[in-house]
Amino acid sequence: MTPTIKLSAKLDGNVADIKSLMFHPMETGSRIDPDTGNTIPAHHITQLIFTNNGKTVMVANFSTAVSKNPFFGFSFEGASAGDILKASWVDNLGETDEIETRLA
Amino acid sequence: MKIARRMIIKSSLALLALASLPRLLMAAAWPQKSFSSSAASEALTALLGTDVTTPSDKIELKVPEIAENGAVVPVTIRTSLENVESISVVVKNNPRPMAATFEIPPGTLPRIATRIKMGETSDVMAVIKTGNGIYSASSEVKVTIGGCGG
Repeated sequence: MTPTIKLSAKLDGNVADIKSLMFHPMETGSRIDPDTGNTIPAHHITQLIFTNNGKTVMVANFSTAVSKNPFFGFSFEGASAGDILKASWVDNLGETDEIETRLA
Repeated sequence: MKIARRMIIKSSLALLALASLPRLLMAAAWPQKSFSSSAASEALTALLGTDVTTPSDKIELKVPEIAENGAVVPVTIRTSLENVESISVVVKNNPRPMAATFEIPPGTLPRIATRIKMGETSDVMAVIKTGNGIYSASSEVKVTIGGCGG
């Protein structure tokens, strides 16, 4: 699968500032396809989890009200250069993707 | 007598096996009930056990006064409150008000930034659960073109 997560991780002392952009349609399930007149089924990321060296540093629970191609930013302490930051998401259809980066 | 003893040993072994299962889930389950609630109070109660929050000026909620595009409304929440456990975003007039909720483990800073959909002009509320209570801050966002689709 083409990578669907873009991660930016900036280390400032022992604080890591993380910005993530996911490519995902985030369909609410209420939108009507203008061509067919059918309702487009819900298809959205449900959970986005970040770990740093295996330790969970954020769990984001999304409803269908998070915008298409979700952006999400947060920060955590106790980070060091060389740490492995991993972001992974799962959606309501069971699709998943993940990406790793090394803090620098 | 023999059968009873065997049963006791069997069930304790079974219990032991269950207890030593690795923790497969690193996060709380996705809050389905809260996300499908059509009223803010119901959504909050489903998530936090109550819809009662204490307004706090220690919460900085940044949202635009006017959202040109209801499909992409930036929201930033920070707080100086301590022992933050979760941050939630509630859009009162959305068909399903609970937009997102974030679990903040110890060591993670109590701030988030994301973008949400708003169907119409509404109060956007940041709800922050801490070790010593549930706090909130609210701000109205005027929406010119609704962003829920359809």
